[in-house]
Amino acid sequence: MEMDKGISSLYRIRFHGRGGQGMKTASRILGSAFFREGYEVQDAPRYGAERRGAPIFAYVRASRYPINERGVIHKPDLVIVADETLLAIAATGVLHGVSVDTVLLINSSENAESLKERLHLSGPVFSFAAVAKGEGLHELRFVGAACAGAAARLTGVITRSSLEYAIRDELSHLGDTIVTKNFDLALRPYDLMAAQEGVVAPGRGISAAGYRSPGWVNIPFEDARISAPAVYSPATSERVKTGLWRTERPVFEADLCKRCSLCAIYCPENAILLDREGYPRIDYEHCKGCLICVEQCPVGAMKAVPEGCVPVEKREGDGNET
Amino acid sequence: MKRKLLTGNSAAAWGARLAGAEYVPAFPITPQTEIIETLAYWIDTGEMDCRMTTLESEHSMLTAAGAAAATGVRVFTATSSQGLLYGMEMLYTVAGWRAPFVMVNVSRGLSSPITLEPDHNDILAARDSGFLQIHCATCQEVLDNVLIAYRLAEHERVRLPVIVNLDGFYLSFTREPVELPDPEDLRQFLSGYDAENIRFRAGAPLSEGVAVLGGALYSYFRYEMHLAALNGLAAYNEIADEFAAVTGRQYRSVEGYRADDAELVFVMMGSFATKAKAAVDQLREAGMSVGLVRPILLRPFPRDRIRSMLAGKKGVAVIDQNLSLGMGGILYAEITSALYGSGDSLPIFVSFIGGLGGRDIAAEEFYEMANVTALAVRDGHAPAPRLLLTCEELVEVRKLQEIAGATGTSRGNP
Repeated sequence: MEMDKGISSLYRIRFHGRGGQGMKTASRILGSAFFREGYEVQDAPRYGAERRGAPIFAYVRASRYPINERGVIHKPDLVIVADETLLAIAATGVLHGVSVDTVLLINSSENAESLKERLHLSGPVFSFAAVAKGEGLHELRFVGAACAGAAARLTGVITRSSLEYAIRDELSHLGDTIVTKNFDLALRPYDLMAAQEGVVAPGRGISAAGYRSPGWVNIPFEDARISAPAVYSPATSERVKTGLWRTERPVFEADLCKRCSLCAIYCPENAILLDREGYPRIDYEHCKGCLICVEQCPVGAMKAVPEGCVPVEKREGDGNET
Repeated sequence: MKRKLLTGNSAAAWGARLAGAEYVPAFPITPQTEIIETLAYWIDTGEMDCRMTTLESEHSMLTAAGAAAATGVRVFTATSSQGLLYGMEMLYTVAGWRAPFVMVNVSRGLSSPITLEPDHNDILAARDSGFLQIHCATCQEVLDNVLIAYRLAEHERVRLPVIVNLDGFYLSFTREPVELPDPEDLRQFLSGYDAENIRFRAGAPLSEGVAVLGGALYSYFRYEMHLAALNGLAAYNEIADEFAAVTGRQYRSVEGYRADDAELVFVMMGSFATKAKAAVDQLREAGMSVGLVRPILLRPFPRDRIRSMLAGKKGVAVIDQNLSLGMGGILYAEITSALYGSGDSLPIFVSFIGGLGGRDIAAEEFYEMANVTALAVRDGHAPAPRLLLTCEELVEVRKLQEIAGATGTSRGNP
């Protein structure tokens, strides 16, 4: 065991989702549950300019020994994907460091075999539906608890009561109703994953014998016309497809529209332009789905539709196509 | 004592609360804001008997902190990065008042270009200010060293303000198990603050920070600050021993990890040093004799302890999470100067610059640094300083330069 103390085996777990889906909460629930089981724990969200709908991730490390690793997990044992639309966006890094040994758990109504084939994944894949169809959009924010519940079961070392304890510990400040709701949503996938209990095993990290060289580069001097941190090209922010952050989209119904232009005036992203007749045209590549237009429209011509419910043929050109 | 999962920011706030801070002048800045939010919440709920004042800048915040400390109350404040630099004038000034208080700095790289993620150029800009500096590697160390810092600042042979530093993100937003000392157990450790002659009252006026001309007085006052700072070395160990008696956690000005019998050592500060520990374990497993030497105190500089810990080493890889532009790694310069004139045969020093702006240092990079240092020992000479940046990363930089139009050929629109 003395040798193990040096290179302690360590659970390395990453949650991927969108701002507002409770990824930080998921990591905290799982972290607290591990801690309750007597593990050393480290959990953290990773965000830059955090915004609702923007891809974010959080991670958990757990070990029987003190944890010295820090920061982003490069070689995960388990990756939980709370929002399957992220899988199509390489920049989100959902699959970063995923190997044949990594267990992938995806919140999806699609079955695991089909996901595995479609996404060309080599390791074990499991899927579960965090929120059942018809449960309504307001459940989105509970996705995190469901993911934590499923992940807890996959580790095989977290009891039902520790999971409950962790949820209460993390959420009690929000009131009993929220705690109960999270119990329900977390325990359902916890029970559902019973057959997969313990499929995630702690890894031993990257060995110093025969490691892959980092490939450092000598950067040359370059004059300030190149090496000053300036952006010379205009309108580069247009290249950032903030439409990818949407979890819901405004959809416009021309029949009801009175052409008052309030939607365009209030759009904080300038993503609604008016056509020649004065009807709104929504730039879905950049609409972040804040739904202020839906709120402002005095006649209900703007409707909020969950992204998952938009037919693929209607998604063309909005950056959300897969 | 109970163990809880706390972020580095929560641990800092708990430190201030357990120390019985009575006054907190505040100004928000990412990634520090959670600290003052937490304190504000406790003050609001009555869990903490303290006054908080929000100021309009860090310059005023530091002035308020120094002025309050000059009345003899326990003062806590916190900042980061640009905020620390904005308050820089007052940093030097209040240290000169010999007003003892504790400030937490949550390290974040400096502009420009602007970032939110950590490196140590912010805290090292305050290196010569007269504030003592404690650099933490874990959330537990943050809490413990805020408590120790009060005793250090208030020590009769020191009486200087202290900065406790933690890294943004890697500690500030990261939860780890932290043992919260029982306030009863701390009572003895934290009691007995004698504010001595700094009990400024309206009815008993005094002049702080007086004008001196001619240089002799100035030299005297400034050198006295230097001597007081140096006294911090012995004081830190003395206070740390007392702290260990209460909590069982023993600190020293420099930490060694598997360093005693190591032929090669990494030298680095802050939370990334725990990553070095993980790498040391793997390197040992792979048969290399590697350890870690980590200064916790940077000011005062623990020269003797660093000398003795590096004595007999064959190679030393100094990893600087900072860059003195036009010179190189600041820690590298300090460590090599510590060994100059020690009379021992010197190890080969290799300088690495890594972790700037929060850039991660991968496990493989620690292994590579150990191997580069081993080669330097074999060849008897050190390679040029190395920036930790990979080919793959440079390719990404090039793509973004292309988008930015930073090609060097034309500045205007096509």
